[in-house]
Amino acid sequence: MRELEYPFDGEVILKKSKKIKRALLEERSDFTEKRIAVLGGSTTHDIIRMLELFLLEQGIRPVFYESEYAQYWQDVMFDNPELRSFAPDLIFIHTTNRNLVFPSVSDSQERVDGLLSEQYDHFRVMWEKIAEVYHCPVIQNNFDYPSYRLLGNQEGVYPQGRICFVNRLNEKFYQYAGEHGNFYINDINYLSAAYGLDRWADSLYWHMYKYACCMQAIPVLAHNLANIIKSVFGRNRKALVLDLDNTLWGGVVGDDGPENLEIGQETPMGQVYSEFQGYVKAQKEIGVMLAVNSKNEYDNAIAGLNHPEGVLKPEDFVLIKANWEPKSSNITAIAQELNILPDSLVFVDDNPAEREIVSAQNAGVAVPGIGTPEQYIRVLDHSGFFEVTSLSEDDRKRSEMYRANVERKIQQERFADYREYLLSLEMRGTIRPFEAVYMARIAQLTNKSNQFNLTTRRFTQAQIEAFAVDPGYITRYGKLADRFGDNGVVSVVIGRKGTAADVEIYRRGETPDTADGGGVLHLELWLMSCRVLKRDMESAMMDSVVEACRECGVGTIMGYYYPTAKNAMVKDFYQIMGFEKTEETDAGVTMWKFEIPAEYENKNTVIAVNADMEK
Amino acid sequence: MSREEVFEKLNEVFRDVFDDEEITVTDATTADDIEEWDSLEHINLLAAVEQEFGMKFNMGQVVSMKNVGEMADIIIGQITE
Repeated sequence: MRELEYPFDGEVILKKSKKIKRALLEERSDFTEKRIAVLGGSTTHDIIRMLELFLLEQGIRPVFYESEYAQYWQDVMFDNPELRSFAPDLIFIHTTNRNLVFPSVSDSQERVDGLLSEQYDHFRVMWEKIAEVYHCPVIQNNFDYPSYRLLGNQEGVYPQGRICFVNRLNEKFYQYAGEHGNFYINDINYLSAAYGLDRWADSLYWHMYKYACCMQAIPVLAHNLANIIKSVFGRNRKALVLDLDNTLWGGVVGDDGPENLEIGQETPMGQVYSEFQGYVKAQKEIGVMLAVNSKNEYDNAIAGLNHPEGVLKPEDFVLIKANWEPKSSNITAIAQELNILPDSLVFVDDNPAEREIVSAQNAGVAVPGIGTPEQYIRVLDHSGFFEVTSLSEDDRKRSEMYRANVERKIQQERFADYREYLLSLEMRGTIRPFEAVYMARIAQLTNKSNQFNLTTRRFTQAQIEAFAVDPGYITRYGKLADRFGDNGVVSVVIGRKGTAADVEIYRRGETPDTADGGGVLHLELWLMSCRVLKRDMESAMMDSVVEACRECGVGTIMGYYYPTAKNAMVKDFYQIMGFEKTEETDAGVTMWKFEIPAEYENKNTVIAVNADMEK
Repeated sequence: MSREEVFEKLNEVFRDVFDDEEITVTDATTADDIEEWDSLEHINLLAAVEQEFGMKFNMGQVVSMKNVGEMADIIIGQITE
């Protein structure tokens, strides 16, 4: 909703919040409910009122628990049946410098250090208690700067200075956040600086109403918080779709020619566009995909992107749509080709008319009012579309992988025969028993794969490590690379050696506790990332499992399919692999048997498996 | 801005804040007359009035204000200064 998009008018939102809430609830019905506990060190009433709007805007319908005034610590530390039965999905702790005991100027360094660790511990024990009792994500404010400076400009220098004290305490908070998962900082120190500290700290609101910041700053605080929350719950945007002329450079490449574009250090406007291109390019490193949506001849677009002073190059984009189609059609095509939903896209265009068309035609796409070129970075940045709450290797590589998928698709269109296409990919697989370096990835895949997953069993990393060393189990992970890139570990199989009688246990959806090492292999887990569907990787995994069985005298393999809402795609998987169905229960569970023949012919003929190891 | 105009704008603010198109305020209107006007909504109301008229109440005024008439007096005093 326009009223809630950055740059928003917080005072209008405060004034019209009831009307806005009604409109948000009418706008859509597919909200996800989240239970959010707000534990305050000051009044939180209007923070909750504003947070609700910004979360509804993100498709999250919050149910709130609000602590009594300033009871944040007591609510956690003492037995609290109300909060326990509320069962929060997330806890937000709204504390500020108003909750601190500051040193006085006459205190010794030791006394200041003591005060610091005392107050840090006050928070640390609370966080630990939350982790122990509530097991949910925590968002914790850091501390804003005080509104006055007794030691003036040396406040940050002397340990007795309040600014020094806040900085040291914040540093400890950051360290805790860095060392603990599911714990996120809400940076009100930055927020108050960006908002204006004198206005933020207007003490009227503290003395009148016990608000730690001014009323007008609350929408800013709530917007920031909602961005963290939606990111924690996996609702970040994924891709930035950019116009070219007057968005990534000054001028129109088709009219002015690439040599006359404003980009680079020669002119003030050229510098602005260079800085913006640098900002956009850096988004790739946090896992954001870049695409172009421009009304241009394709060749002109590429010429513009190859400008020697440009920071962004054609290869930085996963897709380039430069044509004369309506931009709304290009947006639809981009979402389809990247296989992501429109509500994962952010469209950036200097032209309000183009923004209007996309806004109207492509529901869900974010279309920020980007302002003038010197404002582009601030608007995009403060909008928080890509709020970082975790930074993984996968994020950094996401662009590469999607780009490789697009190239594979182009390649596929060139081949009439699918096998020929697969061969052209020059696929190289590594399929081996679980190894220490991949345990984290194997655990991650095991706990998030839903579609290509026969049993949808979840195992902790510790369990997985135990299977790896237990001779009663056969484990296999599969990696797949091809000429366009490396997909990493994409498939996991765990089989337990037992007897034919164990089928009774598996029929009930249970697993025996120990592996007794019989001659029947029961497949407890078989999953694959959808990234590599239809690449014959599953056949290669089958070959490897069969080979492992033969090496240890297992003659029969039993497969089980447990239906879920998401895994229908593998209903017939074992049939395709040559298994014979032995039973189907009323619950839809199917059981499959594969007798390993004397002469087993490998099913995979397109992936070179473990080639580099054998030679 | 005349007193009538101030009241006209105040009506709009009250209607927005309490989401009730029926509200009409007078000099004598107090928190007792509007059901939803509690101490928490009061903060929001004052912020909305400040935004509408481009002015700020100081703490002394917030503490002493008795009814909408006094609120209008303060507003008129500030915007005509």
